Formats: sequence, structure tokens, C-alpha cells
Amino acid sequence: MSSKGKSVAKKKASVEAEHEYEGGLAVIAPDAIKDPGLEPHRVRMTDKSPKHEKAAERQVVFLFLLSILGSAFALYAYFAYPLSETDLGSVRNNTLFLGLGITLGLMGIGIGAVHWAKTLMPDAEVSEARHQTRGSEETRARAIEIIELANQESGFTRRKLIRRTLYGALAFFPLPGIIIFGDLGPNPKNTLKHTMWEKGVRLTRDPYGTPIKASDVTIGSVFHVIPEGLSELEHHKLEEKAKAAVLLVRVDPKELNPSKGRENWAYDGIVAYSKICTHVGCPVALYEQHTHHLLCPCHQSTFDLANECAVVFGPASRPLPQLPITVDAEGYLVAQSDFTEPVGPSFWERSA
Amino acid sequence: MSTATSNAQKKGGFLAGTANYLDERVGVAGILKEFGRKIFPDHWSFMLGEVALYSFLVLLLSGTFLTFWFQPSMVPVIYDGAYGPLKGAEMSIAYSSTLDISFEVRGGLLMRQVHHWSALLFVAAAGLHMLRVFFTGAFRKPREINWVVGFALFVLGMAGGFTGYSLPDDLLSGNGLRIIDGMIKGIPVIGAYTSSLLFGGEFPGESIVGRLYSLHIMLIPALILVFVAIHLFMVVIHKHTHYSGPGKRDDNVVGYPLMPVYVAKAGGFFFIVFGVIMAVAATFTINPVWSYGGYDPSPVSAGTQPDWYIGWLDGALRLAPTHLEFVIGGYTLSMNILLPMVVGIAFLVVVALYPFIEGWVTGDKREHHVLDRPRNAPTRTAIGVAGVVFYAVLWAGASTDLIATHFKMSLNHVLTTMQISLIVLPIVSYIITKRACLSLQRKDREIVLHGRESGRVVRLPHGEYIEVHEPMNEYEIYKLVDFKAYQPTLARPNAKGVITVRARIRARLSRFFFEDRVEPVTQAELEAAHDHKELH
Amino acid sequence: MNKRKINNARRSPFAAILVIAAGLLVAGGGYAGATAAVAHSTSGSYTQEQVDLGKKLFLSNCASCHGKNAEGTNYGPSLIGVGAASVDFQVGTGRMPGQASGPQLMKKPVQFKQDQIDALAAYVSSLAPGPSVPDEKYLATNGNTTRGGELFRINCAMCHNAVGAGGALTEGKFAPNLKGVEAKHIYEAMVTGPQNMPVFNDANLTPTDKKDIISYLKYIEANPSAGGEELGGLGPVAEGLFLWLFVLGGIVGITIWLGAKSN
Repeated sequence: MSSKGKSVAKKKASVEAEHEYEGGLAVIAPDAIKDPGLEPHRVRMTDKSPKHEKAAERQVVFLFLLSILGSAFALYAYFAYPLSETDLGSVRNNTLFLGLGITLGLMGIGIGAVHWAKTLMPDAEVSEARHQTRGSEETRARAIEIIELANQESGFTRRKLIRRTLYGALAFFPLPGIIIFGDLGPNPKNTLKHTMWEKGVRLTRDPYGTPIKASDVTIGSVFHVIPEGLSELEHHKLEEKAKAAVLLVRVDPKELNPSKGRENWAYDGIVAYSKICTHVGCPVALYEQHTHHLLCPCHQSTFDLANECAVVFGPASRPLPQLPITVDAEGYLVAQSDFTEPVGPSFWERSA
Repeated sequence: MSTATSNAQKKGGFLAGTANYLDERVGVAGILKEFGRKIFPDHWSFMLGEVALYSFLVLLLSGTFLTFWFQPSMVPVIYDGAYGPLKGAEMSIAYSSTLDISFEVRGGLLMRQVHHWSALLFVAAAGLHMLRVFFTGAFRKPREINWVVGFALFVLGMAGGFTGYSLPDDLLSGNGLRIIDGMIKGIPVIGAYTSSLLFGGEFPGESIVGRLYSLHIMLIPALILVFVAIHLFMVVIHKHTHYSGPGKRDDNVVGYPLMPVYVAKAGGFFFIVFGVIMAVAATFTINPVWSYGGYDPSPVSAGTQPDWYIGWLDGALRLAPTHLEFVIGGYTLSMNILLPMVVGIAFLVVVALYPFIEGWVTGDKREHHVLDRPRNAPTRTAIGVAGVVFYAVLWAGASTDLIATHFKMSLNHVLTTMQISLIVLPIVSYIITKRACLSLQRKDREIVLHGRESGRVVRLPHGEYIEVHEPMNEYEIYKLVDFKAYQPTLARPNAKGVITVRARIRARLSRFFFEDRVEPVTQAELEAAHDHKELH
Repeated sequence: MNKRKINNARRSPFAAILVIAAGLLVAGGGYAGATAAVAHSTSGSYTQEQVDLGKKLFLSNCASCHGKNAEGTNYGPSLIGVGAASVDFQVGTGRMPGQASGPQLMKKPVQFKQDQIDALAAYVSSLAPGPSVPDEKYLATNGNTTRGGELFRINCAMCHNAVGAGGALTEGKFAPNLKGVEAKHIYEAMVTGPQNMPVFNDANLTPTDKKDIISYLKYIEANPSAGGEELGGLGPVAEGLFLWLFVLGGIVGITIWLGAKSN
């Protein structure tokens, strides 16, 4: 944009500036306004009047006394406000009064000390020389000399083979330190792709594990569901629950739009979907009866239950997996099979 | 100081005896001679780092107290403690011991709250301190490395906070861990393995609390201590910066001596910070774990959010657009998780490297001990504000649901607005800040040249109305002119006569930084302005 | 050991009988009546006088949206079969009669006296059976708060928050704060599923389950947090905001005092 001549001139100026000046692009103003030096010190009331000085002294003493009082009160409160098994208020009182006592003990010291410094200790600012961080030329020369001497005496640069094998050894020695963490956890194998659900497993209420009849599930109802037998598990109960948790909802069958091959996955408008968000795994449990939307409270991914839980909003990408269900001979809801895809957040080998 | 010690020694007495004993064994006289009257500049903004340091001390004290009762085990038990609405519930030992600390140890709940409040304060104060250092240019040579150390402390603070947040094994922290698990699983190739290693198998497992506990009480605090030591050691080496003004130069340090003034002020301030934390802990609930119940993978509470310092990452997760997941060659690539992670890490990297970027652009190799007023570095200030706004939008993104309910808006609109704001607001705030800084600089020039507007309007004999400008004294003037302007450079050929890409980038950056600038008033300009006034 | 005991209790045949009984009750309602929770419909407990008064009130206050025979119009849904519980909840919390249109009906000052609300409920429940106003014995707060808390977290906390402080739903809808809501209205909301709230019929949460949930909510309402002021029970966001604005803000104020020169 600017004319060529001008930019050349500019360039020249800055080349010179940078070369002669370690300030880089900083502009040197030869006639900068001179530093007038430190401002004159303003005298405080406590310096001028002994009365004020005395008063300040009394204030500091008062604050320290207050601190003693506060700490003493905290000791008293520890015993005076015991905890009672039957009264939550006792915990509140213990916390409150013990805490306020300690607060007073601390604040008295703190404010007292600062007030002392501000009013009674000298407040004239003083100046001290500051030296460059780098050592003096002499120091640096000596440092270099030491390094060279060390190099010479050890032969660090001279004895190439020693040096290189040392590098090699240093590069290898941390590796066992990393590998020994290998047993922190097992190889995930296929566990992420399977849940407790299988053909014929009854849908039961979370958390007590009672089975659910199709007729229990009225339109607009939502049941939080776990597989039968989960609550009796002795091991890995939470791990199984973290994958198998299901949300059971009944809507008017006309409102469902099942895709090909999934027409039989619902039972008379009753549908079961994994409750584990396909984003990062929060329980997607907020069901809106009329919009048929399921909302995840963690990151607001929204799924449309009427459309096989397709994502309609938020950071999730995949629909919630559907659990194919039917009823058994006694009228209880059962799974037709496990989920047909891994539940929960995506992982690299998910579709492999 | 040394004479005082020896005098005291001659006079005898307990104090002198102790001093003599210590000097003969650890050479305390030499230490005092060296450091006793070291000068520390005094300014309120120099105390923010102290707030972080003191919160950390409080964390160590209160945390040690908590370890005496807390048991980091995920083995299930039936609760039979003092809190009624959980009696008979199945929960982990970690959670039940947290409840015991809260309800059955006198002062236990107080200490839990002290610990949690000071953790929030530690990271907040460190963050505010970083902003002060950034906006005043205190990170410039020779303090670039100390900036990185401070940055590491900030990140360690977040790590310490998150590992602590997860320990009680309640519903809130468990869902937080579940989100972490989901994020880890989203990492390409190694995601599922990493998750399995971290959790000792499938989520949630029975290992994670114990593992996080080891990190939380050993590794992380040890690292924080080491970095704090390095951070303070470097402060001693460099001596503290001071604000620009009369008598403040790069080759001196103006302030109060360590003993007695600074010891009294800084020591007193420790008690004040501790006192404030204690007062808040005594009166305000934080993380009422008993309300959340023990962790169970099925339930979740509305408003499941991390502590504030992780909020920006949670917000980044929320703001990722829909349908960013791809299956490539049979493998799943979760860009909806990777994108926020990459953005978050990139943001942190830029923050950590900023001093080196600016140093490279300016080419300034001098030591800087006098701080910039933010307006005198308009581009840096604007970049800083844009960064703060970017962070703030991500942070606010973590509370879209609460913003929606409290301001009676649609959750969906709030989220979409945030997505747009994340891109637009930093740019807008950059432009506004830069213009504001330049205007303020021009205003400063006005004041230096023509004095301060007095608000007094007088009518001259020939009928003209003018406002009287009050002249400034030399100290006030110097405060406004004590800064250096930088000017952009052009890409220029190196010794071989080639203009390198590096040079081109630097030239472009220098233009970006310094094309618009206001230079300080010079002596000649000041005199000219005065002459002009006298002519009237 | 304790754990085993609990599991045994769960497996007890008595529980199975209870569940089957509940199931049979619901099945009796059949699919036709399935839009509303069934259980105990007691439309007969109102007097004819109440029904007549209710009809009068209905025609002058409700019919413009819900239709002259409560059959529903474009402006309001049919009320046939919604039951007395629904009327008592909607009118008793002031949500009905609705005023401004918006994402959802808001709680307002109640516009009718309780006997008028009862009359409206009598009229609506005379149209078709539906859930009735809950029995007093399920509204007492002496239920099992541990069970109540557990059921609340599983079935309710995702929308209403772990301490009932409320939360956001999609498109401007929200789950309201439960603090200060009458036990009766909490029960009725569960049984009728107002607006977008799902229905929790008696086969899902038994009346005793509901009582336990109400007892839990009333317990946490009556026992303020042991730690002091609760900051709205909103969790880490409120805590973080408080920390930045007041704690760090206060400390910065103190630093300014510290750095200022004394007079």
C-alpha cells in the first residue's frame, strides 16, 4: 500500500535501530522526558502527632487481644458445641462457632500486624540497586573455564564412545519404569461391547430389581431399568450397571418411527434405550413426556425418542442404542438380546 | 543488621543467645545480612500471588487433617453413621469416611470446607496473578522462565483440584469421573486402553479413588512445592518488578525493606487470607456431599458441573457442534471430544509460550524490571482481553443450564449463542480493547501537553469561553511518559541476501503488534506545547 | 453381612406378591385408560353438589380453552380422565388457569379457594376415572428417608437436581424448584405427570415409595445444610461464582487496603 520508497526508508531505519540497539524494535527517543527521581515522602499523622501514634499502638494491641479472645472462644466452642447423632443442627453450630472463633484468632493477628506495619513502621520508600541477572564478564569467564576444565578432565567430548553409550543408556533406563505400570489395568478386549442384557433377561426397576409388566408401563411413564440379577451381583455390580442402565418409556405406538429391521424392538409402544450418553457417558435421563426428547444434563445432548433417539441437539453424534424388548409368558418385559452395538461413549475400536 | 546481632550477643539475653546459637550453626547472620533489608515494592496487585501461596499453605494444613480420617477405598459398605437420609444405604468406604469427617468429627466439616474453599481460591488467585503478570508485561526478559513455572503451577493446581474433587466418591464426583472416562475413550487408538489402565479395568472399578488419592496427596503437592520453591527463588534472583513512575528504573528497585515492614505486611496477610477462608468455610456450604449420595452409575443430578477451574473444559465439551464423529476405515474418530481437547490444549500452549512469542517479535533483549501500564502495550492488552473473553465464554458454557433457568431463556438458545460468542466475542473485544488503549494513550498525551481538565470554564475578555487546564507537576508527567513504543520492522535479507520465511512472519507479526502506536511525549514536544500556551 | 440381608429382603415372596398385585391393578385399567396412572380412582368421594359447583366454575373459567365438556380445544388439552389429582395440582399451584403463553405454565398465586378447587376436581373426576387426590397417610413425612433419597436420585434428581433445586429442560422448559411445594402437590405431580414431566404411576413408584420421596424432600427442607448457607443448592457453579465475586473480590479489597499508604 505505502509507496516503495517510503517502505525502504522505514526498513533502513529499523535495520539500523536493531543493529545498534539491543532493545530490538523499541524506539529510542533521544529527548525523552527526564526522570525527576523519587517523589518526596509524605509524612503520616502517626509520624507527626504522638497522639495518633499512641492511638495506632492501642489499636494494634486491641487487635492482638481480640485474636487471643477469638482463639479462646474457638477452644470453648470445640467443647460447647458437640456433635449429636440426632441433630444435624449440631454439626452446623459446631462448624459455625468453631470456625468463627478461629477466624477471629487469625484476623486479629493479620489485621493487627498489617496495621502496625502501615502506621508505626517507617513508610518512606527506599531504592536499592538492581543488577543484571547475567553474571559479570569475569564470573562468566570463570564459569566457562570450569566447564572446559570439567570437560577436559572427564574427556566428555573427547571420548565419543563413552558419551554415546551413556546417551543410549539414559534413553533406555526409563523404559522399564514405564512398562511396570502395565498392570494398572487389563487389556479391555471386548468388554466394552457387551452388557448383562441377553435374550430373556427381565427388565427390572432400578435400584430394587423388581420385574416390570408391560401393563405397568402406562403412556407417559418412564421407568429406570436395570437387568434382572444385577442388584444381586457380588462383583462388578457398578461396572455392569454403568453399561446396562436403561430407560423404559411408553408412547403411543403411532408416534414411533422404527427403521427397517427394528419394527419388533418395541412392545406396543414401550421402548427401551440405553441411558448412557453416546457423548461422554453421563446418564441421559431427562425425559420430556410431550416432546419425546431425552436430554443429557451434563452437556445438553438431546435425543428424539420418537426417532430412535437420533441426536437433535448438543455435542453427541450417535443415537442412543436401543434394547430390543418383548414380554415373556408371565407378561413381564424381557430383552430380546443384548444391545446390538456398544453402549456409551465412542472409542477407537467401537465399530471394528 | 550484623552489628545489631553482635551487639545483642554482647548484651546477652535469650534472643541474643538464640541468635548466636543459630549463627554459629547455620550462619543466620549472613542470611540476614543478605536478605534482611532486601527491598520489596509495594502494590496491591503484587499480593495476588501471595494469596495463591497462602491458600496452598492452608491446603496443606487442612488436607493433612483430612487424611487422618479419610479412607480412599471403593469397597462397598452399608452406611451406619450420623446422617439420617443415608442410613442403611450401600456406598463406598471413601464416601462413608467423608460423611464421617463431616458429621462425626468435631471441626471435620469445617476443615473439609476450609480445604475445598482454599482449593478454589488457590487456582483463582493464581489465575488472577497470571493476569496481572500478563497485562503489566512482567513476563518479559528475564522472567520468561518464571512465567512458565507459574503456568505449570496453575495447571498443577487444576490437577490437584480435580483429583481432590473425585475423592469423596459421591454422585457428583463420580459423574465427573465418568465424563473423564468418556473423554479418554475418545482419544484415537489408545483411548480404551488408557481408560482401562486408569480405572483398573472397566469404569468405575474399585481402583480409581485410591490412585487419585496417591496423586492428590503425594505427587501433585510435592510438584507444587518444588515449583513454588523455584518460582520464589527466581523472584529473589530477579528482585520484584515495580510499576513505572518517577524514580523507578530498570536498574533499581523501590519499596520497603523485608524486615520489618514486609515481614509484618506479608506475614499479617497470611493470617488475613487464612482468616477469610476460615470465615467463609464457617458460614458457607461447599460441596455438600451428603446431598448427592454415593456414586451409582444410573442416577445423575441436574446441574452436574465440575469445580470452576475445570469449567472451561466442560464448557468446551458442551459447545462442540453436533455430528462431529466419523468412522474411517472401521475406526471411530470422535472429533466431538477431540476438538474441545485440542482447542483447550492449544489455548494452554499459547498461554505458556506467549512471553517467547512477544520477545521474538520485539527482538528486545534488554532486561525489563519496570512494568508496563496495560494501555501502553495496546496489542498485548488486546490479546490478553481476547484470551480472557475466550476463556470466559468456555467457562460460561459450562453453566448453560443454570443461565437458562436463572435468566428464563431457552437452553438451546443459550448454547447456540455461546457457540457464536466463542468465535465473535474475542475478535470484537480485541478490537475494542486495542482502540480503547490507543485512546487512553492519546488522552495521556493530551494531559501531559495541555494539563488536566479542571471543569472550570472561564470567559475571556474578547468573549471566548475556554476550559482552564491545570498543569501537571513533573512527577505526574513522568508517570504518563515513562514507556517505550515499538515500531514494526520489515522482512529483511539475511547475510546470504535471502529473505527467510521466518523473517517474513516476524515482520508481519511486528506489523500486527505495532502498526498502530502512540509514542510518549518528548521533551521537545512538551516545551513546544508550553510555548504555545504562553503565546495565548 | 448387612448387604446379604437386604438382598434377601428383595427376593422375599411377599415383595413379588405386592408387585403382582400392583401389576394386576394396573392391568385392570387396560390399555384404553392408559393415558393416566390408574391405581385408586375414587371419583365417588365427591358430593353431587361439589360436582355441580365445579361444573359452573369450569364453564366460566376453564371451558374457553378446554372446551365446554372438557373435551379439549386447540388451546388446551382434553381433561377427560386426567383425574382429580391433576386438577388439584394444576389449579392448586396456580398454574391453571393459564395466562401468558410460554414454553411452560408457571407457578402463580392461586386463584381459587380450596373448596372451589375441590369442586373443580369433583367435576373433572366425574367425567372419567383418573388419579385421585392422595390419601393423607401418604403425605406424612415419617417415611424412610434413605429409600426416599435413593428413589429421588434415580427418578427425579436428573431434572430437579439432587436437593430439588430445579434444573433446565430443552427450549426454555425447566423442572421447578421443589422447596416449599406442598407434599400433596408433589404426590399429585408424580402421579399425573404435569406438562412434560413423565408419569410415575403406582406400579412404578408405589404410594409408599412416593411417601418416602416426599419424606426425603421434607427432611432436607427442614434441615438446612450442616455447612452453613447453601448458595441455592446449585452446586459447583454457584460455589465458583461466589468464590470469584465475594471471596477473591474481598481479598483483593484487602490487598488494596494493604497497599494503600496510611494517612
